[in-house]
Amino acid sequence: MLVVNTEFVPGFEVTKVLGLVQGNTIRAKHVGRDIAAGLKNLVGGELKGYTELLTEARRQAIERMISQAEQLGADAVVNVRFTTSAVTAGAAELYAYGTAVTLAGGA
Amino acid sequence: MDGDAATFNFLILLVPIVLIVLGAGVGGLTARTHLRSLERREAELTSIEVNNLKFVRDPGSAADTRMVLGQVVIATDYFKSLATALRNLVGGEMRAAEGLMNRARREALVRMLEDARSMNADEVWNVRFGFSNISQMRGKQGAMQVEVFAWGTAVRRGASA
Repeated sequence: MLVVNTEFVPGFEVTKVLGLVQGNTIRAKHVGRDIAAGLKNLVGGELKGYTELLTEARRQAIERMISQAEQLGADAVVNVRFTTSAVTAGAAELYAYGTAVTLAGGA
Repeated sequence: MDGDAATFNFLILLVPIVLIVLGAGVGGLTARTHLRSLERREAELTSIEVNNLKFVRDPGSAADTRMVLGQVVIATDYFKSLATALRNLVGGEMRAAEGLMNRARREALVRMLEDARSMNADEVWNVRFGFSNISQMRGKQGAMQVEVFAWGTAVRRGASA
């Protein structure tokens, strides 16, 4: 499965547009990480725990989007975009969406 | 007993001052170290062409294509949080926040490029930035914690077109 955020996949021809595919996940923070982040707020700098949490969550949203594309029999997902929203205080939703397409040709 | 109370009051007053000094000192150092690390890593990554065009030029010679992603969550120090809170009263340019956002955005871009380098990419097309305010999500005011992510389509060119 090719995943790109351009409108076309370079070297391939889009033969069929299968429609929108999407994946989301909502994650709540961990209390321990929150305390560590609070301490980090005094001196500034990267909050590694949050970076890891969001990296992992975004990867899961992408995976869910890909599995939806696989069900449609797609070869690639093009024009992938992300949004993040605060569902409740302390929880974030990560959402990935794109267009599933079938491809022909190849480099 | 009176002396003890006075000492206690003095110590209580001392806490925010210590936090401000600690925040300004360590926070400033963290920011400078981060900027130096960014400059060094950016210099290593100049061989990869970056743009935000929607279309890939010369698609026929692309050998490998993959979406690359970089993200970072970063926070201000206590001193800068206070500076932004004061700035909110008088208005004007919020330099402390500008610095934070610029560092976060550069870090996300560098991480994205490092991801692109792992597949020996020559170019990254259609780069976009996303942003979320973590501190607001946590229902807290004051201390700024922001997440910035950058993503794009990395292309590796084939040996022969």
